[in-house]
Amino acid sequence: MQPELPSAKMQLHEPSKGLTAGRTVTNLDLARLQFASTSIYHFLFVPVTIGLAVLVALLQTTWHRRGDEAYLRLTRFFGTLLVINIAVGVVTGLVQEFQFGMNWSAYSRYVGDVFGAPLAIEGLGAFFLESVFLGLWLFGWGRLSPRVHLATIWAVAAGAALSAAFIMAANSWMQHPVGYAVVNGKAQLTNIWAVMTNPVFVWGYLHVLLASLVTGSAVMLAVSAWHLRHGSQVEQFRMAASLSLVVLLPASLFAMMVGSHLGVIETTYQPMKVAAMEAEWESCQPCSFSAFQIGGGKNDETPTKIIAIPHLLSLLADDSWNGPVEGMNELNQQYQQQYGAGNYVPDVFIQYWSMRVMAYLAVVVFLVALLGVYLLWRKKLMTTRWFLWLAVWAAAIPFLMNTAGWMLTENGRQPWIVQGLMQTNQGVSPSVSATSIWMSLTVFVLLYGALAVVDWTLMVRYARKELAPAGGTDEHDLSETAMAY
Amino acid sequence: MGLQVFWFIAIAFLWTGFFVLEGFDFGVGMLHGVIGKTEEERRVASATIGPVWDGNEVWLIVAGAGIFAAFPSWYATMFSALYLAIVLLLVALIVRGVSFEFRGKRDGAAWKRNWGRLQGAGSLLAPLLIGIALADLLHGLPIDTSQEFTGNFWDLLSPYSVFAGITLVLLCLLHGATYLSLKTEGDLRERAHRLARRFTLVTGAAVLVFGIWTQVVIHHGAFPDFLTVAAVLAIVASAWLLVERREGWAFAMTAFAMAATVLTFFIDLYPNVMVSSTSTAYNLTVQNASSAPYALKVMTVVAVIFLPVVMVYQGWTYHVFRKRLASPGAPATRPSASGTGASPAAAGGAPVES
Repeated sequence: MQPELPSAKMQLHEPSKGLTAGRTVTNLDLARLQFASTSIYHFLFVPVTIGLAVLVALLQTTWHRRGDEAYLRLTRFFGTLLVINIAVGVVTGLVQEFQFGMNWSAYSRYVGDVFGAPLAIEGLGAFFLESVFLGLWLFGWGRLSPRVHLATIWAVAAGAALSAAFIMAANSWMQHPVGYAVVNGKAQLTNIWAVMTNPVFVWGYLHVLLASLVTGSAVMLAVSAWHLRHGSQVEQFRMAASLSLVVLLPASLFAMMVGSHLGVIETTYQPMKVAAMEAEWESCQPCSFSAFQIGGGKNDETPTKIIAIPHLLSLLADDSWNGPVEGMNELNQQYQQQYGAGNYVPDVFIQYWSMRVMAYLAVVVFLVALLGVYLLWRKKLMTTRWFLWLAVWAAAIPFLMNTAGWMLTENGRQPWIVQGLMQTNQGVSPSVSATSIWMSLTVFVLLYGALAVVDWTLMVRYARKELAPAGGTDEHDLSETAMAY
Repeated sequence: MGLQVFWFIAIAFLWTGFFVLEGFDFGVGMLHGVIGKTEEERRVASATIGPVWDGNEVWLIVAGAGIFAAFPSWYATMFSALYLAIVLLLVALIVRGVSFEFRGKRDGAAWKRNWGRLQGAGSLLAPLLIGIALADLLHGLPIDTSQEFTGNFWDLLSPYSVFAGITLVLLCLLHGATYLSLKTEGDLRERAHRLARRFTLVTGAAVLVFGIWTQVVIHHGAFPDFLTVAAVLAIVASAWLLVERREGWAFAMTAFAMAATVLTFFIDLYPNVMVSSTSTAYNLTVQNASSAPYALKVMTVVAVIFLPVVMVYQGWTYHVFRKRLASPGAPATRPSASGTGASPAAAGGAPVES
């Protein structure tokens, strides 16, 4: 049932087409471009914040338990890197929160009753926790008892992780709406527990948490490996490298497993998303997995499959050796009968490759972690210079994976903004002109670009610094750590 | 009392809390470059809000998200109508937010100076734009029958709205200067003190004019209401308390003046949430813009549980960081206790007993 919307009077755009030549750029394109670019940017900082916060808390806990000063110095060192990233993550999160109303007012009006609740709960229950306790942690050295001070960093980590939970609950509702009824042309919340136990949310959130641990530990590993390669403070950075590897190995393994299960869940609720990511135009049973192909763009139904692995897709999508997977053509016909004429196929090229970039890189990260743990076990980590070099560059991989993961999940939902309820072209703000969106897009691109440069230079600069002497925990001694302002 | 009314009050409370707390942050942001004569002093001034500004800003986020959850149509119309103003506001908040973290991360004088200037500009622009935006809700914007904005950027800048923005900036300056006089020592304290006293006159006058103008806008005659009068009296009292050197009480008065001014505004807005200048029939109200009862009930439970808890731990933060900060070299500075040779200005200034 298509809802009646104020924006329905607007010219209908062909859904989910990117900025293609020969077609005028519409408000929809611009609004999507702005949302995609600001979200991707924001999510470069979010996982590293969530992951590093946990790791810094672990470092400080170790110091607290063992009293080994090296852990205190590491806590402050990685805490500084954490703070540099939190700053950008927090301020770019503001844009995300306001952007729904700015560019997607028809969407906000339609879903606010359901979608607004998790956002507000995020602010009250998670963001306050993260921000207030970050201030306490940063400035509380020497003023709070060590035990209370340790609790503050755990509160920061919990706040950051909880924050992602509510955002994921809101996003999962767009992927698979539950606990609502459409009344007077608007979605209304009828069951908050259904929203918070949405299977897409539960598994998607777990996937994000694990991906965050992968990102945080890969960054910590890279920084430690750089110092080990340069022979600076080898003893201390070996400790940090060990911790990061011990977290990275299971996190990368579980992230893959949870992600794989998420794929099965999405096959149930968003079969088109999965069919598109496998470039399966026709239904199949059993289904082989296309590991690499050439062609297969949006309208190319006959890609040249270079490598196809029999039965693997059946396994991935259906958890069975001979499971069926519905093809896009069949699904499209079903959707046309259910929702009316239209094209319900997302951009297949983006789907196919974002999935493969994410999955293949996940294997790379896992192998790096495995190798690292092996070298650590054989006590060869410090002498295997090529591995240390590899570990530095491997830090870039989780960021690519996170981006690919979001492109996979968001592009795969198109042409819907809320699966089955509202199409993306009906969600844009009717009152906002293309000129306005051009201006905001330009402003954000320039500002975010400048922030990226500053953040990157600071990160590199502080990552290459030597560990500051521990001194006391009195705040007077903190000038060297650059933790304070 | 219906849940719609409860949520209107809750949102008024969140905005009030935001301005009482972030108001002095904005003030300190604007003033730290003025009252700090040296880089070190500017850093100390800015560090008075170091541990708290981030938590204070969350009030804005929750106020925005609360509008989204409780009054989706209000959120949709307001944020799309105020589009360019909000883009500017976001730029101001982003630049200001990172300036706190980035400023101290490099040594160069130019680096610090530039981040300090950006912090000042962001802290000025943010309350100005929010003041304009809120005043637009009450003054009215061209809104049609489907609750969509039909005007352009210049419609946002009515004289009343601009004056509201300026009034808020002045309140933030007074509030911030008083806070600085409460939280610093030595020369900084003296300068903050003098500035705060100077701001009382112009801020009090602006609040009075704003109160009267608001009554005119809503056709209630030309007499300021009770809360406006109370706000003006509080500002007068703060001037006297500053002279008496009772900075804690003076700060309580400027906080009260801020709260009363913001609250008056929401009281005068009710039962509308956005006035349509096209036709009063198109006004967005607490009734026609709100979520359904179930969503409001869920949000009410969440707010009743979390908001008091948040206020307790945020209040505790202020207790932890209650000491004054002094710049090194100021007579009141306590010698570095640790004696490890680290700069005593580690956290932007050494704490001294007040």
